[in-house]
Amino acid sequence: MNIILDGLGLGAIYALIALGYTMVYGIAKLLNFAHGDIIMVGAYAILTMLNANGNPWIAIIVSVVVCTAAGIIIERFAYRPLRSASPLAVLITAIGVSYFLQSLAQLVFGAKSRPVTLPALGNINLFGASVSVATIITLIIGAVIMAALTVFVNFTRIGRAMQAVSEDKGASQLMGINVNRIIMITFAIGSALAAFASLFYLMQIPATSPTLGSMPGIKAFTAAVIGGIGSIPGAMIGGVLLGLIEKICLSIPFLSAYTTAIEFGLLILILLVKPIGLLGKKRRVKV
Amino acid sequence: MALLEIKDLQVFYGVIQALKGIDFTVNEGEIVTLIGANGAGKTTIMQSIMGLIPIHSGSVHYDGKDITKMPGHKIVNLGMTQVPEGRRIFQELTVYENLLMGAYTGKSKAQIKKDIEATCTRFPRLGERKNQIAGTLSGGEQQMLAMGRAMMCHPKLLMLDEPSMGLSPLLVDEVFDIIKDFRDSGTTILLVEQNANKALDICDRAYVLENGKIVLSGTGTELAQSDSIKKAYLGG
Repeated sequence: MNIILDGLGLGAIYALIALGYTMVYGIAKLLNFAHGDIIMVGAYAILTMLNANGNPWIAIIVSVVVCTAAGIIIERFAYRPLRSASPLAVLITAIGVSYFLQSLAQLVFGAKSRPVTLPALGNINLFGASVSVATIITLIIGAVIMAALTVFVNFTRIGRAMQAVSEDKGASQLMGINVNRIIMITFAIGSALAAFASLFYLMQIPATSPTLGSMPGIKAFTAAVIGGIGSIPGAMIGGVLLGLIEKICLSIPFLSAYTTAIEFGLLILILLVKPIGLLGKKRRVKV
Repeated sequence: MALLEIKDLQVFYGVIQALKGIDFTVNEGEIVTLIGANGAGKTTIMQSIMGLIPIHSGSVHYDGKDITKMPGHKIVNLGMTQVPEGRRIFQELTVYENLLMGAYTGKSKAQIKKDIEATCTRFPRLGERKNQIAGTLSGGEQQMLAMGRAMMCHPKLLMLDEPSMGLSPLLVDEVFDIIKDFRDSGTTILLVEQNANKALDICDRAYVLENGKIVLSGTGTELAQSDSIKKAYLGG
């Protein structure tokens, strides 16, 4: 019971990050490898605010604002000038942005891991099992955010414009859609989701370091690919699946050492059977 | 007064010059057509006017405003849009959502609802398939959707790039009827076509394009009777 809940909680974190990858890829057709580092930015924002005044609510709000701004700035100055460049140039830029953010954090906050003291939430008794409150909060807020995002993308004017841009930028322009603005909004949303992911991450592992975002970033990217990159429900399913597998493997003594290998093995397996991921859509190749 | 005025338009793809100084005008209420062989530069003209590919030099004026360097989405807000080559409907969205996207610049929800109803009456096939994923429509239905979608923003000037491409003769006739309808309801039309016969038949004026240059212009009837046009584009 606890393992499943923990797995779902971790899965929610992966899913939140994976959504950022998948939305940006779907709309701007770029793999934003700096996305994982946005989590690290969010974590340092929380750390700084907690040290400054101790109010966790303000820390969370500031972290969301800082991450959103970081996402918008990165898109505007690193990716937008490369809108018509080759995908390889964009990919290398993304890796460059990732190192830039890590080095910047190292410069400002030092290379050492620093502890974050969030208010203790303790455990509650649920159906006879003692469950961490942090996990419950992660699950509930994660689910609410994902439901809200689904509604936003499918039923609002901007959300539909995002779908249109992801399918055909030129045709979208002919509808009067400002494609650059839609891409900016996508980065903003993805980064805001990453801020929540960083909060939930710190609730599990309360310490920050400049490379904090790397591993969850890569795991979430894996989740996005498993689910079918570009697909929003795919990222959610992929994230939850990966979180569950990770927690289940870790709980089995003779498997726990191989957890990461099993996760990436699953990726390879799924790509072998279904190269576009679980919910990926086959794109028409334009002649 | 010229609604659209193109002066000395030059466009390059890398080092290759696709348009070598194009001049033409479209007056309010006209159907103007550009005809020419594959690769003559017809689509390039259409896309560069809408800001989809960069203009090297020359100017584009719409309704007296210089729109040479204006991004496409702003041009749409001025009342000019395009049915692009290959239709380019949003395959993964429903017919209804495609029409909604066409009304992206629209302000009033009530008006958009009314326009969608009107489009579904004008194109009953679309009305029947309102909630169907657009990618599953037939070629003819997709063309109707692309045209209906473009009209959702009430354009003063509508450009159509090869609207009859890949359609059966019966549907081609229908497409040209719809274009005439659009004009009769007050929309000015700039039409690019390979089907020169039909295009010259419905247009007021036409320009003939060869290798990125306009080589001939005149009224539709004049050009339809010209010997060189007959030989090159009308099949004898």
